[in-house]
Amino acid sequence: MKPRIASQYIPLLATAVVLATLYGAGCASFHNFFSLRVLVNLFGGNAVLGVAAVGATLVILAGGIDLSVGSVIGFTSILIATLVEEHHVNPVLAILLGLVLGALFGAAMGCLIQWFELPPFLVTLAGMFLARGLAFVVRPDNLGIHHAFYAERINRDFALPLNSQVSWPFAATCFVTLFVGALWLAHYTRFGRYIYALGGDETSARLMGLPVARTKILTYTVAGLCSALAGVVYTFTTQNGDPAACVGKELEAIAAVVIGGTLLSGGVGYMAGTAMGVLILGLIQTLITYQNLNSWWTVIVVGLLLLLFILLQNVVSSLSGRLDSPGRHG
Amino acid sequence: MTLEASASLLEIRGLSKSFPGVKALEGVDFTVRRGEVHALMGENGAGKSTLIKVLTGVYPRDGGTFRLDGVAIAPRSTKDAESVGISTVYQEVNLIPHLSVAENICLGRQPMRWGMIDWRAMARRAEAALARVDLKLDVHQPLASHSIAIQQLTALARALDVEAKLLILDEPTSSLDAKEVEELFQVLRKLRAQGMGIVIVTHFLDQVYAIADRITVLRDGRLVGEYETAKLPRVELVSRMVGRELTKMKAVERGTEAARHAPAPEVLLELRQFGRPGSIAPLDLTVGQGEVVGLAGLLGSGRTETARIIFGIDRARSGEMWLGGKKTAFRSPRHAIQEGLAFTPENRKVEGVIPHLSVRENIILALQARAGLLRPISRKRQGEIADEFIKLLGISTPGPEQAVMNLSGGNQQKVLLARWLAMQPRLLILDEPTRGIDVGAKAEIEKLVQSLREKGMAILFISSELEEVVRGCQRVVVLRDRAKVGELAGDAISEEAILHTIAGSSHAR
Repeated sequence: MKPRIASQYIPLLATAVVLATLYGAGCASFHNFFSLRVLVNLFGGNAVLGVAAVGATLVILAGGIDLSVGSVIGFTSILIATLVEEHHVNPVLAILLGLVLGALFGAAMGCLIQWFELPPFLVTLAGMFLARGLAFVVRPDNLGIHHAFYAERINRDFALPLNSQVSWPFAATCFVTLFVGALWLAHYTRFGRYIYALGGDETSARLMGLPVARTKILTYTVAGLCSALAGVVYTFTTQNGDPAACVGKELEAIAAVVIGGTLLSGGVGYMAGTAMGVLILGLIQTLITYQNLNSWWTVIVVGLLLLLFILLQNVVSSLSGRLDSPGRHG
Repeated sequence: MTLEASASLLEIRGLSKSFPGVKALEGVDFTVRRGEVHALMGENGAGKSTLIKVLTGVYPRDGGTFRLDGVAIAPRSTKDAESVGISTVYQEVNLIPHLSVAENICLGRQPMRWGMIDWRAMARRAEAALARVDLKLDVHQPLASHSIAIQQLTALARALDVEAKLLILDEPTSSLDAKEVEELFQVLRKLRAQGMGIVIVTHFLDQVYAIADRITVLRDGRLVGEYETAKLPRVELVSRMVGRELTKMKAVERGTEAARHAPAPEVLLELRQFGRPGSIAPLDLTVGQGEVVGLAGLLGSGRTETARIIFGIDRARSGEMWLGGKKTAFRSPRHAIQEGLAFTPENRKVEGVIPHLSVRENIILALQARAGLLRPISRKRQGEIADEFIKLLGISTPGPEQAVMNLSGGNQQKVLLARWLAMQPRLLILDEPTRGIDVGAKAEIEKLVQSLREKGMAILFISSELEEVVRGCQRVVVLRDRAKVGELAGDAISEEAILHTIAGSSHAR
């Protein structure tokens, strides 16, 4: 029985080992890799993915999936850009509106999944097409944001200077703050634990008297909010709104979640693993850039790594699988 | 506690519940006293599970009243039921395996501190709850790392963590061994002494007589009666469950003269101390060519489990199996089929016919599987086989291309039978072949079994309907609580004899 206890931590441990190995390999191979700038870029450059992956983690932990992430990012970014640049709406207001719409969008998908018992894959696939289409309805091409709020507040006042050359971008602050919040949500709130229970065994959760419907809908709402926030962060990092932005980001987010040790079947995983997963994806990209390799190598390496982790999870879950109980028939 | 309060804790009066096409409960009364263990008994379809699910708010009721402590209640969810003091432990451990023991006990009512879950307080609370069921373990470990027995006790601890007045245990012992059952009963006795009302649903007669103070028997959704355990001999209990009153039991006409006095058949299948822990205790069993051997017993007695280990669905862990004078052990149903065995499972919807495929495709399925995918049976040949069996078994269908799901239950059963007969098996295992089909179809199936026997097929016949077993079998093996308890042959076979065997020595208690 003893080895099973640790088995749940094995994927998380593996993620940490991969992260440390990649970082160590980078530092050993390239003399300027071990620098504050690389580290800051790792967080800043992957903030959009990181924020999206937090939402994806919650949905996957709850036993679901959300394919609408990339489209909602595109929609939110172009909505904010259009409101700010063409309709002269206060940027803070535009951002808030974007977040509220994202949350509502997620809530609507959650309601469909819960009340009509539709498969999350299909509902969020429909959501993906819908949000992408709406993004192009808002504006068919991209639009730079030149408002002073972006130029001065976000990029100058909200950035934390670390030394004379490097400063910590606000996008990275968003990512880290959201991550800490999600950590608290997942491990220190009842709602967070209900997510785990729901993903672990929905029937049991219902029989245990847990609020299954509310939890499921709320999970998709929070995930929608995270997608919209990723859209907001996208406008921070690119100063731009783009209806075609982040196509396929949801798959990258799912990859980060799985590499972070969360089981796609739900109920098992850690928010911390997802953060490491995001950093691993970022590190691979950085390393491949340093190697002067074609960027498509990133995709190949990520694919292989993903495969490795799925195999690992398979081994772990079959190790910790419960004994088969005999049938109980007449 | 006043005297009249101790009279009854839960009173259910006139409870009715229908599902589309089925009256699951009709005017059922049920009373549980404070400080008693009350067994709810009945065969398949009696309505035990429905009663519990209605009481705990999983299903809405159609009619009737519930009173708990004299107050009318109407729980609309498990949470509602818990909040008035009714806690349930289900047969399958309904907890979350990957979460820790502590979380599983406290989920939904975790202690909070400054808006955050107080994990330390939760661990203490879980330890206290486990202490009530005499269990001490590391509550931080995931539930799945513990045995089923511990998981079951954890579920019990969770049920007790709310101020439960009434505890419902739905077949809590089906996956526990004897020692674990005794540990569970220790806990139940302690709770009973504390004045809790406990309802237990179980199929194990020994356990009922070991723990229950009173027994309520249901049959076909109706109340049969409420009895003091000490005043109800086992054989009476069994006869009430199966609905055959001993005094009114007339001799069921047995098969043909020839069948009864047939010469000792050549043994085809022989089991020697064949068994699997948790499924069926090691047993001896033989089936001869041209012989129908019945497996009788109550629900949960191990009938299907026996069929499953013979057919290679579950692997036997002890003993030997001889088939046609050769020692064998099937690794899989596929292997068993190759050796000439056929098995029509009890639950044909789940394990048998494939509803969307046509009658022809369903009949041909096993035959094609044996031939292998590389040697397809020609469409013409398939049609011939299908037509032959539609005629032979009298399957009423517009044609061989009709989807099986559009056929009646009896005809689906015949399609399933046709599939196996097309293989020309040496041994046919029929598990409840007549369940859920109408009387006419039942008679036809019975007739068919006899004609197959006359052609020399060996048949193992599993049925809950004693009448069928008595009428059609040359020998009857009786099971109780997952072990063989007796064997009857020839003229010794009667419903009464089977009942007495199931009940064990009726003078024992």
